[in-house]
Amino acid sequence: MTAQIITVTSGKGGVGKTTAVANLATALAADGRKVVCIDGDIGLRNLDVVMGLENRIVYDIVDVIEGRCKLRQAMIRDKHYPELYLIPAAQTRDKNAVSASDMKRICNEIKPDADFILIDSPAGIERGFRNAIAPADRVLVITNPEVSAVRDADRVVGILEAEEKGNPSLILNRLNPALVRNNDMLSAEDVLDLLGIHLIGIVPEDEAVIIGSNRGAPVVTDARSRAGQAFRNIAKRLQGEEVPFMDLYSQGGFWGALQKWTRRK
Amino acid sequence: MGFFSRHRSAENAKERLQLVLIHDRTDLSPGQLEALKDDLLKAISGYIDIDPQAVQIRLERDGRSQRLVADIPLRSVSRRRAG
Repeated sequence: MTAQIITVTSGKGGVGKTTAVANLATALAADGRKVVCIDGDIGLRNLDVVMGLENRIVYDIVDVIEGRCKLRQAMIRDKHYPELYLIPAAQTRDKNAVSASDMKRICNEIKPDADFILIDSPAGIERGFRNAIAPADRVLVITNPEVSAVRDADRVVGILEAEEKGNPSLILNRLNPALVRNNDMLSAEDVLDLLGIHLIGIVPEDEAVIIGSNRGAPVVTDARSRAGQAFRNIAKRLQGEEVPFMDLYSQGGFWGALQKWTRRK
Repeated sequence: MGFFSRHRSAENAKERLQLVLIHDRTDLSPGQLEALKDDLLKAISGYIDIDPQAVQIRLERDGRSQRLVADIPLRSVSRRRAG
């Protein structure tokens, strides 16, 4: 076994990096993969709460780096998937407590025993981001269909090109199909045309994401959620499966029929 | 834009981003691009007769690469000879 190392990054904060890592990791684990997530946001840790594991933390990544514990001791096992682990960030330290070579060393140690290592990058393009991309085999850039998020994503893609980190893939998160239909939101085609990178998934805006993070249960565990379905599809694509993109614009039921009718006018 | 059609903001966002990204990627501000145009016109005018008003110089995107595109119509030599 040798794990593929995937870093999720965005430039701008608040576009859904942590949500994406929690959901992709959970979906991969549900598919029977052995997954280790690393929270790379030293000082502002959040992956633990989104995954519902905050009460189980004893050691964190800085404890591993500074030799206060073994790597195994800092790996928190998920509540539902025994082959899903989280290495939390330190909350009371800053990004200077970790270096790019520390990240590489930790990933190399995990690599033989896992299928995927998912790294949650901090926002920005500084040291924490550099640390998060250093060990990556593959980078997923996540953005929202908004001018500031797309601009920052383009900066990150430019840096990844300059660092020769391979071609990143794009996750377009929080797309609102109704706004796109009204021409009041950038469409997936617009964003792809602007950024010029490969698309790996479009996640529609979905209240279930907030409900999931309130409960510490990633939305992929909700079978009815559209966002959950989108993340499950991305997880399949990461495993090399060809999965068709969801049709975000057709809606069934009463509201779908009503919207189709009003659109016709 | 038609009388009845409400202004739609997505097109606005796309147009603004196209410009912003080109300047971000090339690290060339709109002011610097203007200065570049002026210098280019000066240099070309030393060799051939051009109409500065008709010259178009712009940055274009092609996927993730940018190019500087100049469209420089030349004044006809035959017309000059006749005149």
